[in-house]
Amino acid sequence: MIINLTFFAKNVKYRFVFSPAWILLLGTSNASADWQLNMRQGVTAISRAVYDLHMIIFWICVVIALIVFGVMLYSVIYHRKSRGAKAQNFHENVYVEMAWTAIPIIILIAMAIPATNTLIKIYDTKSADIDIQITGYQWKWRYQYLETGVDFFSSLATPLAQINGDAEKTENYLLEVDNPLVIPVGQKVRFLITANDVIHSWWVPDFAVKKDAIPGFINESWVIAEKPGIYRGQCAELCGKDHGFMPIVVQVKTLADYNTWIIQQQQAQVEKAKSAEKRWNLDELMVLGEQVYNQSCAACHQPSGEGIPGAFPALKGSAIVQGDPAEHINLVFNGKPGTAMQAFKDQLSATEIAAVITYERNAWGDSLGDIISPSQIAKMKQ
Amino acid sequence: MSTIIDQAADSTSNAHTEAHHGPAKGFSRWLFTTNHKDIGTMYLWFSLTMFMTGGCMALLIRAELFQPGLQFLQPEFFNQMTTMHGLIMVFGAVMPAFVGLANWMIPLMIGAPDMALPRLNNWSFWILPFAFSMMLMTLFMQGGGPNFGWTFYAPLSTTFAPPSVTFFIFAVHMMGISSIMGAINVIVTILNMRAPGMLMMKLPLFVWTWLITAFLLILVMPVLAGVVTMMLMDIHFGTSFFNAAGGGDPVLFQHIFWFFGHPEVYIMILPAFGVISEIIPTFARKKLFGYSSMVYATSSIAFLSFIVWAHHMFTVGMPLMGELFFMFATMLIAVPTGVKVFNWVATMFRGSMTFETPMLFAIAFVVLFSIGGFSGLMLAIAPADFQYHDTYFVVAHFHYVLVPGSVFSIMAGVYYWLPKWTGNYYNEKMGKLHFWMSFIGINVTFFPMHFVGLAGMPRRIPDYALQFADFNAVSSVGAFLFGFSQLIFIYNIVCCICKSNQASDRVWEASHGLEWTVPSPAPYHTFSKPPQVD
Repeated sequence: MIINLTFFAKNVKYRFVFSPAWILLLGTSNASADWQLNMRQGVTAISRAVYDLHMIIFWICVVIALIVFGVMLYSVIYHRKSRGAKAQNFHENVYVEMAWTAIPIIILIAMAIPATNTLIKIYDTKSADIDIQITGYQWKWRYQYLETGVDFFSSLATPLAQINGDAEKTENYLLEVDNPLVIPVGQKVRFLITANDVIHSWWVPDFAVKKDAIPGFINESWVIAEKPGIYRGQCAELCGKDHGFMPIVVQVKTLADYNTWIIQQQQAQVEKAKSAEKRWNLDELMVLGEQVYNQSCAACHQPSGEGIPGAFPALKGSAIVQGDPAEHINLVFNGKPGTAMQAFKDQLSATEIAAVITYERNAWGDSLGDIISPSQIAKMKQ
Repeated sequence: MSTIIDQAADSTSNAHTEAHHGPAKGFSRWLFTTNHKDIGTMYLWFSLTMFMTGGCMALLIRAELFQPGLQFLQPEFFNQMTTMHGLIMVFGAVMPAFVGLANWMIPLMIGAPDMALPRLNNWSFWILPFAFSMMLMTLFMQGGGPNFGWTFYAPLSTTFAPPSVTFFIFAVHMMGISSIMGAINVIVTILNMRAPGMLMMKLPLFVWTWLITAFLLILVMPVLAGVVTMMLMDIHFGTSFFNAAGGGDPVLFQHIFWFFGHPEVYIMILPAFGVISEIIPTFARKKLFGYSSMVYATSSIAFLSFIVWAHHMFTVGMPLMGELFFMFATMLIAVPTGVKVFNWVATMFRGSMTFETPMLFAIAFVVLFSIGGFSGLMLAIAPADFQYHDTYFVVAHFHYVLVPGSVFSIMAGVYYWLPKWTGNYYNEKMGKLHFWMSFIGINVTFFPMHFVGLAGMPRRIPDYALQFADFNAVSSVGAFLFGFSQLIFIYNIVCCICKSNQASDRVWEASHGLEWTVPSPAPYHTFSKPPQVD
């Protein structure tokens, strides 16, 4: 009963591609663009169940539409005045009216049963093998592996130049991140989803998982991925300026690879903490600082440090950046409650915080020569 | 107090004496008018202005989405455009257009001399230009206008909103007051001012659907006022209704908003059902099939609209039982809606149809609204909704019910009654051209949105992954086609007002109802003596 729509998709693709008018219209169209028409089936039992529900209800709608529009089209063609049709007089019929009330109810009940079953399965978040807390931030995701302590942020990796049209867009444009979420194949992974500021929504179509990330509340969802691979999704709830720029990438690995990865991550975290003990000079801090700034601060305060008037304050020439370093550190550390300014204490390492503050105090011409030392920040972090 | 009553009594008698002199001259005619036809006309022009304004915003959005990458709009401004487009189309274009039709047609259809509360009527209208000026003004304020979507979910619209949100809240309050007063007026008029013999079960369906809509408005507009007031408190007075850190709940916002929002959706479609139920019988030359079942179906839809709100929130993490309840209740809506569609088709069946512009729009309404209904049924299936929610599939769905749904019904109504209003026939060829351009335009715009939605494109994003590029380009082309074909509509209306092409009193061969018993154009005062209805 279920016809694979990708077959149609292919035909449509060729028709459009070979139409000369079309090529004119889309002169700069991208090679990787395609004409996908239907929902993807995904790689989990749940995502396939959802796909099947989608197709069943779709075909029910198609059949009803064909009948109703068919009768209507017949009337439009044959019962028109120009063909000499004479209007009949009937205007009610209890039996017909009862029938077209009762039949839809029966169809709906038939539809509700499989939908309910699938929903019950989706809601069964019990006995997970791995728990990962997912926190939405404006505009990135944080993944915390509760059992192994691995903890990192994941943000957009597409360069600004591609977005602004200064560079060719690559295949995974806007769907690539610096640190993807890594999970093992065949294990039940439970997601505990929340947010730090506004509401976000964590969505990976191939898992059929979409759950709102709500500040102050924790939502649960789960997945058992059946195939290793890379699966991409996006934030699905409007969360401010860069809502369109906080993708989700999940890398599904074999259990052995996953375990190796976890150990590597744990080691890397130790290394990162150690780097604060090293003595850093101004140039080194400025280089790292610029990197951190562009990744964590520039979305609001802008690469130029000038902010967006009325929405996000300028840093260039601001009282805090030019004033007491302690206040500056405090603001970056704890954020400003009730505004979009986040607390970066846990988001960035001591070295990164020291570097970015040093950068802010020395970039954009108002060079104060201040050096904030990573070891000083590391002490404050404890 | 007594002076006020005396003054009121005086001015009523003044109005009464003036009645014999026709309308005042110049701008004061429009500013001080209490005439339902004048007020209806103003509502309709206002709505058309807002439709074009919101339409321009839509075209900006589509221009940005024509290709991947950021070309014309920065994300901040893009978000303001999506928000304003939604607010303006819902509160500025569709709702006032139906109030305009109600003002013009309800008294004429029930044989009443005017609306029951004419001064209130004047005030309901004149609040609107101020409310919308204030809302549009926010675009020029520091930090920009509302950028949190027309659903303004907290805390994005409270803690994280631009400062102009306060003006937005005030504007929403004003619109709410206007709608509530308009609704009171409609209810009082229909219940008290029917001509002798115009029993409830003889009311034209447009009047019935508006009566039910007016009750919905009175029930839910205060809820909207409540939720924006709670926002105001959170922003300025230190409360934490929607702030979890202070003991509140961001999801509470969504429950309250959608308790307003879902009935609101029906507020925008029930009068459309009414208009279509007037037009199809006229051009099929056959009585409406299943009149009483139409009334009951409308009432059931109105009732159900109050118990389905959380289907907009399937992904917020409701308990399983909550999800199931809202899924079943939502699926149920398909039953009365189906009854209405079947009735329209049965009305056409074995009729004697002609296809003037209003009928073309009405037929397109039945087909395309049904398509929107089908995708609505798909969205009701909670597990599938996890894939559809907040994607372009939803955008396609609600544009199918709102544009070829509500908006087409308004255009159908305008073409249908324009000869009665102006006394002239509109240009039929131009009307048909307008119809076909619009019909092609909206389908090219909105149908591909189903595909990109299913393929995984989230809504409200200024830039998208490359795989969505082709369909987005198609949508944008369609949007410009649809947008610019509305100029034909405006030109046709203006010509109809200016160029004499005398319409008969009955206007249409098979027109039925009291509105066609008065001369064309309808005189400034009609039914000063109530007609007798058998």
